[in-house]
Amino acid sequence: MWANRGERILFRDRLPSAVRILNQGVTYAMPEPSVAIRLRGLTRRFGDVVAVNGVDLDVLDGEFLTLLGPSGSGKTTVLRMIAGFERPDDGTIELAGVDVTRVPPYARDVNTVFQDYALFPHMTVQKNIEYGLKVKKVPSAERKARALAALESVRLGAYGDRSPSQLSGGQRQRVALARALVNRPKVLLLDEPLGALDLKLREQMQVELKEIQREVGITFVFVTHDQDEALTMSDRIAVFNEGGIAQLGTPTDVYEHPATAFVAGFVGTSNLLEGVAAEAVLGRPGTWSVRPEKIRVVGVDAVPNDGEHAVRGTVREVVYVGMSTRFVVDLAVGGSLMAVQQNSEMSTDLGHLRGQQVQLVWDARHEYKVAD
Amino acid sequence: MSISRGTRVVLTIFAIIAFGFIYVPLGVILINSFSTDKSLTWPPSGFTTEWWGKAAESESVREALLTSIGIAIAATLVALVLGTLLAFALGRYRFFGRESISLLVVLPIALPGIVTGIALNNVFTSFLGGLTIYTLIIGHGTFCIVVVYNNVIARIRRMGGSVEEASADLGANGWRTFVYVTFPLMRSALIAGAILAFGLSFDEIIVTTFTAGPGITTLPIWIYQNLFRPNQAPIVNVVAAALVLVSILPIYIAQRFSNADERGGGLI
Repeated sequence: MWANRGERILFRDRLPSAVRILNQGVTYAMPEPSVAIRLRGLTRRFGDVVAVNGVDLDVLDGEFLTLLGPSGSGKTTVLRMIAGFERPDDGTIELAGVDVTRVPPYARDVNTVFQDYALFPHMTVQKNIEYGLKVKKVPSAERKARALAALESVRLGAYGDRSPSQLSGGQRQRVALARALVNRPKVLLLDEPLGALDLKLREQMQVELKEIQREVGITFVFVTHDQDEALTMSDRIAVFNEGGIAQLGTPTDVYEHPATAFVAGFVGTSNLLEGVAAEAVLGRPGTWSVRPEKIRVVGVDAVPNDGEHAVRGTVREVVYVGMSTRFVVDLAVGGSLMAVQQNSEMSTDLGHLRGQQVQLVWDARHEYKVAD
Repeated sequence: MSISRGTRVVLTIFAIIAFGFIYVPLGVILINSFSTDKSLTWPPSGFTTEWWGKAAESESVREALLTSIGIAIAATLVALVLGTLLAFALGRYRFFGRESISLLVVLPIALPGIVTGIALNNVFTSFLGGLTIYTLIIGHGTFCIVVVYNNVIARIRRMGGSVEEASADLGANGWRTFVYVTFPLMRSALIAGAILAFGLSFDEIIVTTFTAGPGITTLPIWIYQNLFRPNQAPIVNVVAAALVLVSILPIYIAQRFSNADERGGGLI
C-alpha cells in the first residue's frame, strides 16, 4: 500500500500546508538557527557503566541524522536524553538554541516514535493520534480534523475506529508515526522504528520515511543498528561505539572513508589489511581498509595497471548471493580479504574457483588507512 | 501435543473425580438446605423452604452478614491503597532491599493463618491495648494486600513503561498521564484484585478468631458456632448454600476482567 504511486502523489499534494503550519509554530531565540539539536559533553552512567561518554553533536535543521551502532553503544541512551526520558549526568542539550537539559519530556518540542510503538491499548487509533493535541487543549473539531488528515497521510484513513490490537505491525508503526507527526514537532526522534517489520516492509518504510522527512522538513534523529538502513536514509550518520561517536559524516564518507577499524567493520564488511600483510602488499605499515566491491579477482598471470595494488592468494570460499558473488581469499602474505563481483555475465557459476590460486587487484586510491 | 487414547481416558476420569470432590458437596449443601430433616442426613426425606425463611428472618445471621461485609470492604480498601503503592514501588524502581521486600509482601499468603493469627493477637493484646474491629481489619489486610499487589504488579510488568513515556512525550505531565493512561490501564487489575481481596476477607475464619474484638461475629464465625448447635444445622445449610450462590458472581466477574486484559483490551 505504501508503494501505491497514485496515493503517494495525493499525500504530496497535502504536504505544503503541513509545512506552512509547521513554520507558524513557536519561534525561539535562535543564535544559530541552523542547529536543531546541540549536544555538548553529554554523559550518562548506569552504575559503573558509562553508557554515553562526553558526546558532542550538532544536528542541523531539517536534517535526517542517524545514530548507528551496535547494542550497548549508547545511541538509544542519547536519543532518550534528547527526548527527556533520561537525565544526563553531565553535559547539556539545546533544542533550537534553548537549553532543555533540565526540562521534562512533556515540555520539550520533540516527539518520539518508540521501538515497540507504545500505542495506548485502551484507545482507538483515532484517540491515540488525538492524544497529543488533546493534552495541549486543541479544540475538539480541529483535533479530529488533524488526526484524520494524519491518518490519511499514513494511508490508514479507514482505521480510526480500530483498536491498536487489531492492527498489523506495519500498521501500528504508521499509527505511531502519525501520532508523533500530528503534533508538528521541531524534531522527530525514531528509536529503531522498523526493527519489528519484515524485510520487504522495512525497505518500503525506509523509502517512505525518507520521503516524508524531506517533504515535511522536520529534523529526524533516527536510531538503528542496521547499516543498510543508515546508509539508505540518512543525510549524515553518527557511528556510535562504546558510548562515543566513532565517526560523523555523510553515508559516502562513512562507507568510503571509515575513520577507524570499528567503523570499517560495522558499516560494510570488515576487509582489512594489517601488520605484515600491509607491509608486504602496500609497502606501508598500519591498518588499511579496502571495500570488497573495489577488488577484482583475476588470474595469477594478469598484470596490474599503473596505480593498482595486487596480492596473490587461494580462494577459500565462493558464495553466490544472486546479484553478486562473494570470494573469500586467503592471502599468501597472511590474512584474508573478501572480494565481491557483480554477476553481470550470463554464466556466473564460479564454484570451480574454490581452492584455486588467484590474484586480487584494486586501485590504490580505494585503500583507506584506519585508526586502530 | 497429542495424547494417547488410554492417557486421555485416565485423565478424564481423574478430572471427573477431582471436580466431583469439589462440587458434589456443594450440591449436597444446596439440596440439604431444602430438606425437612433437622440434622445432616442423607437422603433428604422431604422438601421445604422453611429454613430459607427462618434464615432470612434471623437477626444473628443478618448481623453477622453485615459485619462480614463491612470488614471485607474496609480490608479491601486498605489492601487497594497499600497493595497498589507497593506494586508501583517494587515494579517501577530499583532500590536496595527490593527483592527482600517483594518476598515479605507475598509471604503472609503462604504463612499458615494460625501463625499470622497468633502473632497478630500477641501484638494487639500486649502493645495495642486489646482487640477491636480495627485489629480485625488489619489482620485481614495482611493477606488482602497480597492479592491486590500480585494483580497490580503483574499488570505493571506487562504494561511496561513506554506507554507512559509516550504520554509524556506527547505533552502530558505526570498527573494527566496517570489519569489518561496509567489508571485506565490499571483499572481492571484493581477491580480483579479488589474482588479477590473481598472474597478472601469475607470467608476468613482463622485470623478472624485471633484478631476479632469481643462480641464481633463474622459470618464464618457464626456458621462455625452454630453448626453443631441443636436444630441450627438446617439454617447453617441455608446460609452456606446462599454464600455459594453469591460467591460465584464476583469470581466470574474477576475472571472476566483478567481475560479481557489478556486480549489486551481492558473492557472497563
